[in-house]
Amino acid sequence: MKIHRILRTALQALRRNPMRAMLTTLGIVIGVGAVIAMMEIGNGSSAAVQKSIASMGANTILVLPGTAASGGISFGFGTSVTLTPQDYEAIVRECPAVVSAAPVVRARTQVVYGNRNWVPNTIEGATPSFQQVRNWTDMADGEFFSNRDVLNANKVCVLGQTIVRELFQGESPVGKEIRIKNISFRVVGVLASKGANMMGMDQDDIVLAPWTTIKYRVTGSMLTSNNQSSSSSSTSNSSTSTSVNTLNTLYPGQQSLYPAQSTTQAADNPISVRFTYIDQILANAASTAEIPSAIRQITATLRERHHLRDGEDDDFNIRDMTEMTRMLTSTTHLMTNLLLCVALISLLVGGVGIMNIMLVSVTERTREIGLRMAVGARARDILRQFLVESVVLCLVGGGVGIVLGHGGSYLVQMLLHWPVQNSPGAIAAAVIVSASVGVVFGYYPAWRASRLDPIDALRYE
Amino acid sequence: MDDPMALIELRRIVKTYRIADMDVPVLKGVSLRIESGELVALMGSSGSGKSTLMNILGCLDRPTSGEYWFDHKEIARLPADERALLRNRCMGFVFQSFNLLPRASALENVTMPLSYAAHYISDREARQRASEMLRRVGLKDRMEHEPSQLSGGQQQRVAIARALINRPPVLFADEPTGNLDSHTSNEVLQMFEELNREDGITIILVTHDAAVARHARRVIRIADGLIVDSDTESSLQSAEGK
Ligand SMILES: Nc1ncnc2c1ncn2[C@@H]1O[C@H](COP(=O)(O)OP(=O)(O)OP(=O)(O)O)[C@@H](O)[C@H]1O
Ligand SMILES: [Mg+2]
Repeated sequence: MKIHRILRTALQALRRNPMRAMLTTLGIVIGVGAVIAMMEIGNGSSAAVQKSIASMGANTILVLPGTAASGGISFGFGTSVTLTPQDYEAIVRECPAVVSAAPVVRARTQVVYGNRNWVPNTIEGATPSFQQVRNWTDMADGEFFSNRDVLNANKVCVLGQTIVRELFQGESPVGKEIRIKNISFRVVGVLASKGANMMGMDQDDIVLAPWTTIKYRVTGSMLTSNNQSSSSSSTSNSSTSTSVNTLNTLYPGQQSLYPAQSTTQAADNPISVRFTYIDQILANAASTAEIPSAIRQITATLRERHHLRDGEDDDFNIRDMTEMTRMLTSTTHLMTNLLLCVALISLLVGGVGIMNIMLVSVTERTREIGLRMAVGARARDILRQFLVESVVLCLVGGGVGIVLGHGGSYLVQMLLHWPVQNSPGAIAAAVIVSASVGVVFGYYPAWRASRLDPIDALRYE
Repeated sequence: MDDPMALIELRRIVKTYRIADMDVPVLKGVSLRIESGELVALMGSSGSGKSTLMNILGCLDRPTSGEYWFDHKEIARLPADERALLRNRCMGFVFQSFNLLPRASALENVTMPLSYAAHYISDREARQRASEMLRRVGLKDRMEHEPSQLSGGQQQRVAIARALINRPPVLFADEPTGNLDSHTSNEVLQMFEELNREDGITIILVTHDAAVARHARRVIRIADGLIVDSDTESSLQSAEGK
């Protein structure tokens, strides 16, 4: 018997009781609809996470100084090593997998403009290469500060959109002066908006200045004045804190200009490690695949520079985004999988409904089965007919479910503004799954039908 | 038996039903020969086992024991699929209660056996053959009617068209006129005669109406599960006379 004829027979049988067919397939409709909606919403959110990871710089590697306790090194006087500008230069010079890098010093304090003030999330000192490393080359206004500004520790800064909104309220900030710790900074540029990162942190709440300026003028003065907000000062490395260098306009990388601390000086200030340190080094690998080799090269470079012997632990930490990416995507995957389980359970329930109705249908149509057998239908013809009927029922349900699920996720996108993403894979899976539900749950009733004896079936009342 | 085999030959067919651990013998050793081209009436009182015998003849049921030779083949123990094929190709069956598919047109009812034919028949050819068949039974303007829109006689004619669609050599009819009035039953019987005469189709029909049996050229009588009298036309007169 040709498939189109079986299909036609199945459709005729289903048309005889359209209401029942509809109600029967409702379970499949709901199950498939839920699967599709879940997949599209789940995919949407994981795509959004991926995007925000990319906006933070998926290839970014963060080098942090080792915390004082880490590494098992006795961090007695003069032995603890932290990151220096020279480390940064060495990384740029010696690590081919690193395409760009920037030193970062951080501060946290108030920013004042006129009579308004604001405490930005981030005040960072960096170099112009920061733009490349963070993949943030777009400027909304003005331009980024230059290497010369870094060299001279010029009092210039670049603002994020949030700062502009909070302090300037529509005024153009370029050329204006803001005060950070009572030091006037001229605003030279405004960064393009980058939005929140995946932790929900506003990335536009940022003030960027040459790292030398932040280092020597802001955090330096902050700590020498030694009263307020030292707790709110620099974040990641508590071990270092004081840099007693008072202001000098020369680039501190030229070490010869800064005589190393004398023992007496150091003794006066036991926590101090080196006379210049930076809080972090941001580096950018050429691609995600290059991240491991970049990390290896940075590690090698820093170990050599810090004179670490084999067996000694690193006195620095290297972090990259892969771990965070994995963590975040695994969270969304977990959610998607859980919801998928629920959807599959409803498919199962739908399948049981199909089986129930198919059994009723076989009983109802016993005489028809007997008649078909009497005119020559073989057991396998009957089996096939009922199987096709339940598969058609499930596929129709699956089709309606796909439309409903898709419509549902569209509504979610329109009304709740959740990110959703079409999932052709889920649609294909839904089709296959509903067909399989039809086969699995239709098989037993169809088998029962095919096992009937023609004469018994004909005599059935 | 020495003479060449008939189209249908039953040898000591026994059918015993088993109800609640009790054997109910219905056919107690029926032997029977029917030649190709015969028109046979099977008569007997109610409960004598006519329908049981017809179901065995029509390959719908299996005998408990005995042999059933059909066209030189022993078919009582054939596997189910081969029996289905045989029913499809070589036997037509007409039921007392018509047994049409409800909510399917006359045409669809008639084409239905073609779906199970061993050789593929295109939709167009199937329609053609079915409408030809319906025209022969006088229903060419009722092809799209569903059974509920047809009279009893018309329904039975649709059933006959369905039984003949695969051009079987043998037609079995179990009380085909049982649900029809005398006028329509006459029409149906005339059609049987015509099919038998013109197409050479062997026809075996069950009835307990002597007027119906008169259309047959041979009458087989069955009583209490045994053949009591297998006679030709000549003896029929006496049967009628009593
Ligand atoms: N499926 C069955 N199970 C048990 N006994 C049966 C079954 N079918 C028929 N019988 C018994 O077999 C006997 C013969 O039945 P059958 O239907 O062949 O009679 P019949 O000659 O066709 O009668 P009628 O003229 O009334 O149709 C009856 O006594 C009946 O009780
Ligand atoms: Mg009967």
